Parts: sequence; structure tokens; C-alpha cells
Amino acid sequence: MRKLKRLAGVLICLLAAAASFAQPTFPENGTADPRHGHYAFTHATLVKDATTTLSNATLVIKDGRIVAAGAGLAVPQGAVEVDCSGKFIYPSFIDIYTDYGTPQRQQQTGPFNFFAPQQLETAVKGPYGWNQALKSDADVYKVFSVNEAAAKSMREAGFGTVLTHVKDGVARGTGAVVTLANEKENLVIVKEKASAHYSFSKGSSTQTYPSSMMGYIALLRQTYLDAAWYKTRPYQEGFNATLQSWNDNQGLPQVFESNDKWNDLRADRIGDEFGVQYIIKAGQNEYQRIKEMKATNATFILPLNFPQPQDVEDPNDAKFVSLQDMKHWELAPANAAAFEKAGIPFCLTTSDLRSTGLFWSGLRKALEYGLSETRAMEALTRIPAQTLGIYDKVGSLDAGKLANFLITSGPIFNEKTSILYNYVQGIKYNVKDGNDIAGTYQLTINTPDGTENYTLDVKSTSSLTMWGKDTLNSKFNFDGKQVKLSFAALSKRQRPLVADTAQRRPGGFGGRVGMTEQTLPANATRLGGISNGKEWNGTGVDSMGHRLTWTALLVKEAETKSDSVKKKEAPVTGKVSYPFLPYGWDEEHQPKQETLLIKNATVWTSEKEGVLQSTDVLVRNGKIAAIGKNLNAPDARVIDGTGKHLSPGIIDEHSHIAAASINEGAQSVTSEVRIGDNLNPDDINIYRQLSGGVTTSHILHGSANVIGGQTQLIKLRWGANDTDLKFAGADGFIKFALGENVKRSASTQGNNRYPDTRMGVEQVLTDAFTRAKDYKKEWDDYTTARDQLIKAKKPLTGLNPPRRDLELDALVEILDRKRFITCHSYVQSEITGLIEVADKMGFKVNTFTHILEGYKVADKMLKHGSNASTFSDWWAYKMEVEDAIPYNAAIMHKVGLNVAINSDDAEMARRLNQEAAKTIKYGGLSQEEALDLVTINPAKMLHVDNKVGSIKVGKDADLVLWSDNPLSIYAKSLYTIVDGTIYFDRQRDEQLQQEVMAERMRLVRKMNGEKKSGMPVLPAQPTYEILHSCSDHGHSHGLLVVEAEE
Amino acid sequence: MKKLFNLVWMIAVTVAVCGQANVLPAPAQKGLLFIRNATIHVGNGTVIENGIIQVRDGKIEKVGRDIEIPATAEVVDAKGKQVYPGLILPVSSLGLVEIGAVRASNDAREIGDMNPNVRAIVAYNTDSKVINTLRSNGILAANIVPQGSFLSGSSSVVQLDAWNWKDASLKTDAGMHLFMPSLMPRPNFGRGGGFPGGPNAGTVTDPVKEGVERLEKLKAFFREAKAYNAVTGHSEVNLKYESVKDLFSKKQKFYVHANTVKQMLVALDFVKEFGFDMVIVGASESWEIAGLLKQHNVSVVLQQMHSLPTTTDDNVDQPYKTAAALQKAGVLFAISDDDPQTRGRNLPFNAGTAAAYGLTKEEALSAITLNAAKLMGVGDQTGSIEPGKDANFIISSGDILDMSTNNVTDAFIQGRKVNLDDKQKQLNDRYEQKYELKQKKGF
Repeated sequence: MRKLKRLAGVLICLLAAAASFAQPTFPENGTADPRHGHYAFTHATLVKDATTTLSNATLVIKDGRIVAAGAGLAVPQGAVEVDCSGKFIYPSFIDIYTDYGTPQRQQQTGPFNFFAPQQLETAVKGPYGWNQALKSDADVYKVFSVNEAAAKSMREAGFGTVLTHVKDGVARGTGAVVTLANEKENLVIVKEKASAHYSFSKGSSTQTYPSSMMGYIALLRQTYLDAAWYKTRPYQEGFNATLQSWNDNQGLPQVFESNDKWNDLRADRIGDEFGVQYIIKAGQNEYQRIKEMKATNATFILPLNFPQPQDVEDPNDAKFVSLQDMKHWELAPANAAAFEKAGIPFCLTTSDLRSTGLFWSGLRKALEYGLSETRAMEALTRIPAQTLGIYDKVGSLDAGKLANFLITSGPIFNEKTSILYNYVQGIKYNVKDGNDIAGTYQLTINTPDGTENYTLDVKSTSSLTMWGKDTLNSKFNFDGKQVKLSFAALSKRQRPLVADTAQRRPGGFGGRVGMTEQTLPANATRLGGISNGKEWNGTGVDSMGHRLTWTALLVKEAETKSDSVKKKEAPVTGKVSYPFLPYGWDEEHQPKQETLLIKNATVWTSEKEGVLQSTDVLVRNGKIAAIGKNLNAPDARVIDGTGKHLSPGIIDEHSHIAAASINEGAQSVTSEVRIGDNLNPDDINIYRQLSGGVTTSHILHGSANVIGGQTQLIKLRWGANDTDLKFAGADGFIKFALGENVKRSASTQGNNRYPDTRMGVEQVLTDAFTRAKDYKKEWDDYTTARDQLIKAKKPLTGLNPPRRDLELDALVEILDRKRFITCHSYVQSEITGLIEVADKMGFKVNTFTHILEGYKVADKMLKHGSNASTFSDWWAYKMEVEDAIPYNAAIMHKVGLNVAINSDDAEMARRLNQEAAKTIKYGGLSQEEALDLVTINPAKMLHVDNKVGSIKVGKDADLVLWSDNPLSIYAKSLYTIVDGTIYFDRQRDEQLQQEVMAERMRLVRKMNGEKKSGMPVLPAQPTYEILHSCSDHGHSHGLLVVEAEE
Repeated sequence: MKKLFNLVWMIAVTVAVCGQANVLPAPAQKGLLFIRNATIHVGNGTVIENGIIQVRDGKIEKVGRDIEIPATAEVVDAKGKQVYPGLILPVSSLGLVEIGAVRASNDAREIGDMNPNVRAIVAYNTDSKVINTLRSNGILAANIVPQGSFLSGSSSVVQLDAWNWKDASLKTDAGMHLFMPSLMPRPNFGRGGGFPGGPNAGTVTDPVKEGVERLEKLKAFFREAKAYNAVTGHSEVNLKYESVKDLFSKKQKFYVHANTVKQMLVALDFVKEFGFDMVIVGASESWEIAGLLKQHNVSVVLQQMHSLPTTTDDNVDQPYKTAAALQKAGVLFAISDDDPQTRGRNLPFNAGTAAAYGLTKEEALSAITLNAAKLMGVGDQTGSIEPGKDANFIISSGDILDMSTNNVTDAFIQGRKVNLDDKQKQLNDRYEQKYELKQKKGF
């Protein structure tokens, strides 16, 4: 300890000497003062990297670099020796996700607004790309400036090197590696173009597109294609700085900020498509899908901000805090540990923290929750360096690398350890220097009347206890060099000054926290002086105004607290469930396909066989294996169907559940976006709808524009990931829309987007398909020419492929009968109009959806070959449904159309069987016909009737066992089966309800415990659910629902 | 014949074009009317098989089996059919809103948040095309409620077969409506809510504190109104004070639109301090405090039967089961539909859902008939098939609670046989003719 004091003193004196480098090209105002910063740090425990620790070793640095590192090295001639006995030296940390030294970010723009005018074009002037959110031309080094305040807090946390970039836009340009030295920018930039950055955030872009997750993905995909095409220097494009730099940046490490487990996968899939492996800046919830994270093969950058506990003492507040939020609070700190356990490489970042000062508390929490110290060290040194390809420069204490290292008082992750100095490029920065002044000092004050003696028990740089004959009231401050002390006799009411409770941490942040404010009388004795190591000298003024001199001598160092801190037990936590919602499956209870024999049920086949009484159905390998009487299967689990009804699983032709976004409403034609790119398996409505017998849902784009996005058919495989939710092998569909929504009639703030009338809608359609045809021809011409050249064995030089256009690709698929339309439509004029466009352009409208005036033009739809998917009885919610009638489905059915009843609503989907039953009342359909409206008919219009929609041998075992006639309001689903797997079981549901209650109780208690222990808690935050719909019909979904298009 | 065909065809077309102009309110019923061979669902839980209802001058005179029917009397034979009290929609904007998205057709919500003097009845449009579509499903009375953000005004109970609102009204200004502040933080999600990044914006103010302060101001208003109304002959008239006079005498019901436990508990203040006859509307969380509601004699209108559970953690069937919890606790409750106007016709199916999840069918029926009448203050006039009440009942060929059997063939309001035609039936006719789907009427 004594040695340390001495060391501290020496180093302080050297601070000024370890001066900056000179830049040869810069003129010197004065005389040259070349220095080399040549030091040897001896007798240290040298942690060269996370796995190599040398005792009694020496580190030699010169000119800002490491010259040598090892045990038994001699101190080179000309080097200043610094004795580091008892000290540890580590490579300093690297954070590759910062915006250090970048200009203040501009305000984020708001999300898509269904009602407001749109900004359809970029507002940026110059030779840039079409979309304002693409800023690939931004190079951070051009705007970077050293920010000492930010650098200091980073250095205090242990960082020496960071990757910085401007966190603005979908494509964000390049990042630069810089050190945190307070030197001229030229000298701190280690690598000026070290990375290229992307995100799913428009940042400051005011342009409306993209306005959805799907739109982000489409924009990125299209830009990859455009950039590739731009390499051929197409004359039509002119100079495009955005695409130019996009291409230039491709050779760099590509970093994608996605901040959420599903977004991570979405980003990774974009990368896969274009041969890019992104480094993924993650969020906090990846532990919820760690297998999927592993499969990305990405290196992740993990933040250390974790949810705070909430105040859930009042049960009426607690009720609205969801189980998944509480579970996430409990499990988020284990995110890094989950990555380690899964063997996924990762870095750690200070990003997303409210302040850099919270880094260590976050890191300690991660360690407490199972992250190993070795992996933590690697995640802060080697991995980030290797990830950026700068391990030859930073990341370990090897000769030739930058002299970026930390000197600590002990093992770095030890709770009691302090970072004393942070050397950046060989320049010393004090972190906790001089703070080790704790000890007992003898203070002698020379007054005109003689000497007075006092004892000082110094606890920290801001706290001491002082006594002479009695304890005195005092105020103390030590800034590393200057000492200030004032004191006065203690008044009777004042209690002795208590040492401040601020905890010491590496980085020394808690210095002033918790300090009690002491009021001293105005006539207190004031002393000021300088620390000369273990002796302090100074002058002062007493209460009478007499001048004094004083000396304080260290008589006893504070006892070093023994490092007996036990490794904390990893906290006991709940389990991850799939999905991460109540009623999910945990790891040990995953759903599995079973051999099932449903005995003696009333079987509604939705086939020509109609309803079969007292019939058995055997399910094997996910398929319907047999239908008949007295079936036997010894290996099967038998379900007694006596008195019960078995129907095909219900198919919802029009749904908006399980998606992160559904409307890319920023343009009138957005056929490039795909619902399938942004499925969200964490939607409780999947489970709720299973409880209503739904097994297949067609997830549609919204109705904000004429040609909307590509749709996605899913099976309600509760717990599956976003890929496994998809209905494999199904034809692709696309959503179109007509009428009030696409002409933005609801726009209260004025519509500026074409079209504004049904006349314009028809022209948008005509134009889109005209362009699609031209595009198709352009490609056909190109392939013909190419094939001819190949055949003639001539070089292809000069023949460049046309630009791939994702928007037109989808339309060409429609023309080629490879993609099929489901069109939101209401009134007869627009229906007839679309049919005419389709006939003229040579495509089919596969399905008219909603189609509430379908009954008026059923004959025309039939002639065109369309299907119809409608609501049972909703009307009058807007002008274009004034003539909607509940007899619509029945009339269209009777005319000969294939008709379905859909929901477009997360709530109504749970009762689709009942909605279908209304056609018995309105229009007199038979019960079998009514059930077909939600089983085989939608299967037909979705082209999957060979797989689902009826109970037929060989078809998928998507079945519902009902307690009653499925068309009756009294029927409840007892079992809902998808692919032979029971995903909903009413008895199990009751058991799960109990488990949800118990788990909630446990977590509420745990949070209350945190509150009682004095942890800061947030007010209870109700967990809101986001629901999407076509924005068509108001329907309350309860208190905690946010209607996404509200 | 061909001429006749054309004539009838033209009439049919004209009728369809005019919507429902030909659907006339029925004239007053005079003398005796009998319904016989009926399965009578009285509305109070009892069922009379093969029963007879005797009506005189619009009122039910007798109900039972042993009732003599004079040979000359007008008789409706309900053999094999079910007879129910006319259904009552306890909360609705029927007649106030014609088309949701068309602003000009909306009269449900006045500006301002202290509108006790606003009266829904004066805007009730008896010619709304929506009304007949409800009537066709057996809904014969409704409570017409002004919407709002706080104290929204008075509702009136109407019967659904009338020339104008004066004739329609069964009980004018029968209820006063308070829409409770949410008392719950709701971050500003912005338009488009679920956009990437998700809900993260914090709320600025404390909604509980803010809400409670507003309610304290409201209580002060009621105190002043009470004092004001205790004396007559004010030199300066205060319309707002005067409009709440009947609350204190319980002549007017106090409807509080509230869902959370906290909202409902705060609302009890109005019972405790002012002795109001309170009905909670919405009440999605009422199952948690059913006992307390009973203890304070608070009745309930459940409005969210066909709704999603409030929280992700709730039982998937929770909204369906709430009615049974109230029944068990003995709370007087009715069932409504959250939709402002058109889907009120699904009222019987809301009740049917409650029956599927714990109520008996007769209890579920009471929730859309007698209970509704009672809590609206018209229980002595209507709501059940009992002597002395208005002859408001419907005949259905099957169980009305189930959409697959519900088929209302006849309806009587004050003994008047109601025309069950509506605009939608007429459009159906029109297009069935276009496609020759059935034998044209009258040929």
C-alpha cells in the first residue's frame, strides 16, 4: 500500500510529462519538444488477454505503442520505470457501438400516420438516392470531433478504443475506430473507415417511406439490387452518391442495429440474401430465442441496459403489468450468459445505457447472472477487435499494438477493485488516482497561540471524521492534489459526520452519491493545501481570521479490506417459454406430434360425405390417416369424441395477427413489401384464436394503398418461430385495396397522395400493370439477347441486365399466375372496374375480400373467376358499406361463387364458426354450407385445399373437437390440433391459468422485494398490446390494446 | 299478367331504392290479442310451456295456460315457437349515428366535458335505417346514450317502432352518463401505434392523480347542484345544476362508464356521498369485485362480452365468463354490445355467449330483457311477459340466443305487430330477384 502511494505521487508528477505527440505537418509555435513516452511498468500482474496472465511482468511502451510485454524483461535504457507491484494491467476495453464525437442527433420522425399528408420524395438536395433514410454516403470521420467529456466517462469505465458512427438512418455510412485520447482528431483516428452501418430506423428522415418494418426490409433489399445494378453505370441513373458509397462500403464489416430478437433474424435474412454476414447490434431479449440467434452465425453486440423493477405493490396496478414484462425483467440480465452458453460470439457495449456510468452495474449484473469473467473480458477486448479486423492494433497487450491499457488495484471484475489509470495511446489518464488516501492522519495546526493537534480518519476523497478532544463537524475534499478542509465545533444538535456511503467501483462513479450535506457555520476554520504524498502541507484561516499553517502526516493506512467477496450465487429465475408469453411452452414441454384416435364423434368433413355420425378419425404423422367406424390403433392416444363434434380447423382468409407491421402505406404501390418478412410469433392472439378453433390464418397487408404488400399464410403453431409459422408450400398472394382507404377519405389533415378518387384508383392499377408488362418485356429481351450471345459463344460485355425492381417483380408474378390477388373492396363500381383492368391486362383477381357489395355484382365476379371472402353482418361504419347486407354471403354462394367468411379482427376470429353460422339465419344456408365458409371454401381460395380445409384421408391433421355443434354459439373447442399436434387443450388451459397466476405471484413478490430492499422502482407500466386491422370497423378490444391504425 | 308483373316489379324496385320508406310504424293495438301454443320465456327465469298470453289495449293482461280465448279474438298461433320479452339494448348510439365515418351523420358526442344538460333523445332519429335491422332481430327497446369524455348528458329509453322521438320515448332523460377518466398511464403511442421501436414514450402526467382531481371537481359540482336544487326561484338559472336534479331523488340513474377496478372503486363515491342509483357500464373487470358491487347495490351493464381478454395473462375466455361471476354474486346486470349502433343486433348472441360460459339460458335472457329494464328504471313497464306490462314480446322459431337458430318471425311493441322488414331485407329481395334465386313475391 505504501508503495502504491508513492507510485501515485510519481505518476501524478509525470502526468504533464506524458505529453502529446507532435504532428510533423503542423507548424510548431515555439521550440520543438519531441518526446517518446517511453515507460516500463514493472512488477505488475499483466493480463495480456483474457486467457494469458503473467505475474511479476513488465510492460514497455514507447511512442504510444507497446514495445514489449512479458515476464523477466529488463527495463530498457531511456525508459522511465514505474513500479506496479500489486497492480494489474489489462488491455483497455473496446466498444464498437458508439456515436462518440458525432454531432447531436436530430429528432426522430413519428411513425406512419394514416391520416396526415405524406412526404413522397426526399427533402435532401444533392446527387443522392431517392430515399432520405439512406445515408450510406455519410462518413463519420468527416464530422468526428474529440469530445473530452464523453471520452472521460468512457475512459473511467475502462474503455480506450471505440467504433463510432452517426446513428441516423437506415443506411448510416461508415464508422471509424478512434481512441479516447484527448488529442487532435488526426491522432486518435485508428481506422477512418472501419465499418458500415444499417438499421430499421429512419432516424431524422422526414420522408414517409418506409413506414413499416416490411418497408424497411424492402428498402434494404431493393437498395442491394440497385447498388449492384449501379455498378454497370446505367446512364439513366446519372451519378448517385448514395449507391456509389453503398458499393464502396461493402468491403467493410457490416453492422446492423436491430435491437430485438425478431429484428435480429429479419436483418440476418437480408444479409443472407445478399451474401452479407452482419454483425448484429442486439437488444435485451435474444435469450428468448437463443437457438435462432446461434443459427444466424453472426457476432452480436450486446447492450447492458436491463429493465428496472416496477412498483407492483398495489394489485390493481400490478394486474396490468404483464407476466412477460415481469419475466423479462427477471431474465434480461442473463442475456449475455445465454449467448456464452450457446457459444455465440459477442461484444459488449455501453450503447442504450442512460449514462455510461451505468456500464459497470450492468456488467456486474450480467456476471451475476452467469456471464463468465473470461468471456466478459473477451467481449470487451479481443472479440470486438477481431470483429472489426483491428486485433493487430488493439485488444491485447502485445508488442506493436496501441498502448491502450488499464492499471487496476486488483483483478478487474473484483467488486473492490478500482481502475486507477487508463492509458490511451500511451497517454495516462487518471481514473481513481489519489483516491487511495484513506487512512489515519495526524493534523498539526500552527496557530499564533501554538500548535493544535487533531486526528483525521480519512475515508475517501470527500469524507473524513475529525476529532481533537471531541469530534468536530468538518467538510473535506481532495481532488488528487489539492486538499480542502474546514471544521468547527459540533453544535449540540448535530450528530457526528458519518462517512459517506458511496460504494467504490472501478471507474469511481459513486464519488458523491449519498453524500450528506453538512452545514458548517460561517466562522469555521478553513484549511487549504497540497498533498505531497503521505504528507500534506498548507495554510488556513481560523474563526478569528488568524492565518495558520498546517501539516498532516499519514500515520496509519486504512486497512485493505480482504478480498473475501464470495462469488454470488446465480439468482434463481423462471424459465424461458416459447413464445415468451403466458400459456407458452417451456423447454421441457414442447408441443409434439402425436398419433391420435378420436373415437365416436360427429364428424363434419366439409367433403361431399357431409356429416358422419359416430365416426372415428385417426391421426398419424401429422396427417389424417383414417376415417371410419371402430378404428383401431394400439399406439394412438385415444380421445373420446362421444357427444362431441369434430370439424376441420378453421381458416381465416383475412387476418392481421402475428405481424410486426401490416401497412406500408407510404406509396400507392408497395408490392415489394412482404408480411412474411415481419411475422411476430409473440402474439397472444395466436393462442386465443386456437381456443376458437382457428388453425390457418392468411395474414394480409393492410388497406392503406391500392397495391399493398405480399401476404403470408400461416398455421397457428403456437410457440414456433417466425419461419416455422409459415404454411410451407402455399402459393404467394398479394393484397390490393380499393375505395375509401386507398383514397384516404379518412384523412383529416388532407390527402396529397394520388389517388384521391376511384377514378384515380383505376389508373394506378392500369399504370402499375402497364409498367409491369414493359418491365417483363425488358427482361425477356435481355435474356433472349444473353442466351443468343451464350449460344454464339460471344462475350457478354456491353450487355447489362435491366434493373431488378422488387415492386414490378411481384406484379409480373401476378401476370405469370404465380402470385394471386386478394383485393379489399366494397362497392360495385370499383369491383367491376378492377375486373375490367384485370381482363384487359390479363390477370385474375383471385379473391375479393370484404366485398360487402359483392351481392350486387356476383355474376360478374363469377364470370371473372373470383372467390369472395366477406364479413357476416358488419355495416354502416363508413359510407362505402352503407349497402352492406348480412345476406351477402348467401347470395354470392347461391350465385355460385366460392365464398368465405373472414375476420379482419383478432377478436372476431375467435368466433368465426359463429360468424359463419349467421348465414343460416341470413340467407338460409344449410349447416354444412355454413361451416364450409370457414373451412374448405377459404382453403380453396387460398389454393391449399389439397392440404387443409376438410377431413379427408391424407390431408393435414388440422382439426377441432367441439363440445357441441360447431355452428352453435354453445360450442367450445376442447382440442385444436395442427399437423397432429394438440396446440390447444381446454383442460391444459385451465392448468396453465393456474401456472400463470402462480408465476405472476412469484414475480410480483420478487419485485416487491426489490422495492423493500431500497432498489429504485418505476411506477407500474401497463403492458399494452398492439393490434392491427384494416382500420375499417371499430371494435373494442379492451383496455390495454393499441389499435395500430387508430 | 305481364302488366301486373311489371307493376309489382316496379313497386319492388321503388321500395328497394327508397330503402325502408314503406316500413310504417304500427297503429295502436285495441282490444284483445292472444298468443297461444307458445313456449313462453317470461324473462324472470320461468318458462311456460304451451302457454297463452292475453293482451288488451297494448298491455299484457294474463299469462298462463288456462286462459280462455274468445272465438272472435285475434290470435297468433306460436306452435313450436319460442316467445320472449322484447330484447332491450341497454347502451347504444342507435339513431344518433347513421354512418360511423360520415361526420355529418354523427350526433352522438357534443363538445366539452361537462354536458349534463345535453339530451340524447332530441337527436334520436326514428327514421334511421339501422333501427329496423335491430328490430328484425328482436330488439324492441334501447337506451340512447350520449357519448363523451366526461359528463356527457342524459340518455332516454325508447321503443323501436315510432314516427318520431316523442312517440318513441318510454322514459325520457332516464339516465345521466359519466365517462370515467382512465386512471391508468397510457403512453403516447402516436398514430400507427405498433411501429418498430414499440411503445416507449413515457406519460408526462400522473393519470390517476389527474383523474381523481377531475372527479373531485365533479363532486363539488354535484354538491353545489344539490344545494341549488334545494331552493327554487333562482334569479340566475344554471341549466347544468337543474339537469342533474333527478339524480338526487333517484328518478334518474347514474351511469358510470368504467372498466378497471380502480375506476369502479372510485365511482362508489357517488353512491356513498350522493346516494345515486348507479350503473357501471363496461365493467370488464367487474368479476374481480362482484361482491363489492353487490354490497353497494351497484348494477352493471357488461359491454364487452365479445371482446379480447383485458391482459395477455387473463384467461382466454375471461370476457365470456364475467357474466356468470356477476350472476353468482347476485349483482343486477345486463348485457350490451360495445358497438355504437349496428351490431346491437347481435345482442342475443352476446347473451348466448354468456350462456355458453356459465349462465343458464334463462339467466342470459334476463340479462337482455328484465334486468336491463330494471336497471334502466323501466322494469315496471317492460322487460318481461307479465301482466300489467307493455305487450312487448317477440316470437322466434328457435332459440334466439344462438345465431344458428335465431329467427324472429313476429314482434309486438305495446301490442302492436311490428313490421319486421328492413333495408337489408329489401336489398336481399332485390338481388334475389336479379339472380332469380327464388320465386318472385306475389307470382
